[in-house]
Amino acid sequence: MTDTATQKPVPVTVLTGYLGAGKTTLLNRILSESHGKKYAVIVNEFGEIGIDNDLIVESDEEIYEMNNGCVCCTVRGDLIRVVEGLMRRPGRFDGIIVETTGLADPVPVAQTFFMDDDVRAKTELDAVVALVDAKHLPLRLKDSREAEDQIAFADVVVINKTDLVTPEELAVIEDVVRAINPTARVYKTSRSGVDLARVLDQGAFNLERALENDPHFLEHGHDDHVCGPDCDHDHGHDHHHHAHDHHDHDHHHHDHDHDHDHHHHHHGEMSPIHDVTVKSISLRGGEMNPERFFPWIQKITQTDGPNILRLKGIIAFKGDEERYVVQGVHMIVEGDHQRPWKDGEKRESRLVFIGRDLDVDKIEKSFRACEAVAA
Amino acid sequence: MPTVAPLDLEGHVVAAHFLGDVPFFATAAGTIHRLDGGEKVAEAHQGLLTCIRDPFSTTLLTGGEDGKVCRIAGDGTATVVAEAPRKWISVVAGGPQNAVAYAHGKSSFVKQNDGTLKEFTEERSVEALAFATKGLRIAAARYNGVTLHWVATSGDPVDLEWKGAHTGVTFSPDGRFLVTTMQENALHGWKLDGKPGENRHMRMTGYPAKVKSLSWSPKGKWLASSGAPAAIVWPFSSKDGPMGKAPLELGTRANIMVTQVAFHPAEEVLAIGFVDGMILGVRIADSKEALLRRPGKGAITGMGWSANGKLLAFSSEAGDCGVIDISA
Repeated sequence: MTDTATQKPVPVTVLTGYLGAGKTTLLNRILSESHGKKYAVIVNEFGEIGIDNDLIVESDEEIYEMNNGCVCCTVRGDLIRVVEGLMRRPGRFDGIIVETTGLADPVPVAQTFFMDDDVRAKTELDAVVALVDAKHLPLRLKDSREAEDQIAFADVVVINKTDLVTPEELAVIEDVVRAINPTARVYKTSRSGVDLARVLDQGAFNLERALENDPHFLEHGHDDHVCGPDCDHDHGHDHHHHAHDHHDHDHHHHDHDHDHDHHHHHHGEMSPIHDVTVKSISLRGGEMNPERFFPWIQKITQTDGPNILRLKGIIAFKGDEERYVVQGVHMIVEGDHQRPWKDGEKRESRLVFIGRDLDVDKIEKSFRACEAVAA
Repeated sequence: MPTVAPLDLEGHVVAAHFLGDVPFFATAAGTIHRLDGGEKVAEAHQGLLTCIRDPFSTTLLTGGEDGKVCRIAGDGTATVVAEAPRKWISVVAGGPQNAVAYAHGKSSFVKQNDGTLKEFTEERSVEALAFATKGLRIAAARYNGVTLHWVATSGDPVDLEWKGAHTGVTFSPDGRFLVTTMQENALHGWKLDGKPGENRHMRMTGYPAKVKSLSWSPKGKWLASSGAPAAIVWPFSSKDGPMGKAPLELGTRANIMVTQVAFHPAEEVLAIGFVDGMILGVRIADSKEALLRRPGKGAITGMGWSANGKLLAFSSEAGDCGVIDISA
């Protein structure tokens, strides 16, 4: 083993959001507040970042399609180059933040960290964070697909500028966000005042951490109902929002317990705004037969990959004492054993797809067909 | 048995080259170390991204995070050739009559000896540059191909198209071929002297990893490449290059990848650097291997031969560099 092979991968946060959503303000906070960490920031333009920092790198968005016949296999060539340069001197920073342009597609950015072997060897995608302008989101959704993609693709959605809308308008915005992406953690704030511990170091793509820290995913309902996008079955939970806004700075940064109460359960609701084209499908099943499940997920990501933005799941395999976690971006699927099932933990399989034009019936039926037959 | 004189530097070392009989080492931090009767250090950049040996003169050319392009002379003095504030310069090339090319974003620039600066723009980012061996002509590698520009005259640029991202570019020593490294694990080549209508493309595929290092044999009969657990060496002596021929695989090791290759300046002997720091010397004629350096702390990032071919300088990503004396 060489020194560099044992080096811990550097976490990368991808920051998306429309022009005016507050990305620059959030970046300035990350660069100027004292949180004991240093970040290298890759921006499209130096623009308004008023902070002199030699770790801010300007980079031209350069999308490269891979020559493998797959239209969704795209990477950001500019990031490969800049990350390679940065990682030669990794001691200078604790993490990398990639700020995308307002109209940027977050997918090639994320895929760069999976598809390029050199980048993948040294870095680890930590989370995709989408900033949403509460006031202008309805308009954005009407005139562009990118705004919707950014929310659908995010692990963390920060609804910003909440002071510019009424509580009723805000409730609608939140419902829209959750309808587009039921697995993201959603925070509401103004002046990009979100607690930075909710944005950085999330481990959202880390198979060991991702779903463990996602109470919304884990604590989804206790009935056997399978939610689909057309389901407006109300789970009857109280909507107890705990907005992690600028009043919440006192949170202990690593106390994940605070996460456990801020989600409400709104699975499968249609968006209250009609311009939304992204759907999510939440599947739930019993113990799976690995000989059926693996070919199935391979096939579905091959055939429907272009339409799948994200997928996340916890799978219980029959006769397997460990939880198996999967995640995917378009055609890329990763999976690994995570940890042993706990005593009393229900051994069931759950999988969420977020995408467009997904055939709910087909996916649900074929998923069910992967269940292990009771012996 | 070859002897190794170690040189331990701090952090990632980007390249090792000789100017005459003096070895130079360029660190990612931006310092240039030379062993000329003791170690001497010069600060060239605030963060160095690339350091190449100018094939047309006895100098080095560097580019950095500070937006500077420098020429490093044999006595170690660094001269700023060009400056692009706040841009990262990771692409430089040296040409005839002290011409220096560099690129950032979608533009490449050529600074000539008389101080004139010429800009060439592409539709996509310039990933790599190389000067042709004859005439003041530059090749810019980009997404979907390479563009050739005449620097001094107003001749039309020539586009060589091939789908995909081209990340490196080199002319064969006789100027008959142009070869690129790609984002995919492949090389692509063009026959430049082909007749109209003749197939000009050469696909060189089958690598398990990206190719990052290329080296032509002294007379251009062979092109060695990294990107596999052996040096992959393509035959270029026939008029159609390697088409229809299998490459040589030299210095094969089970699962240890080759990261750098460097042909001896006079003999058909190839130095092969591995990801674990080992270096082998292999003779093309009989594939005979000699161990030049045992595995070290990190991957080999650069190798350069002295003018007389007796010494080989090497750099590593962990800083454990050195000079190998093969005549000992």
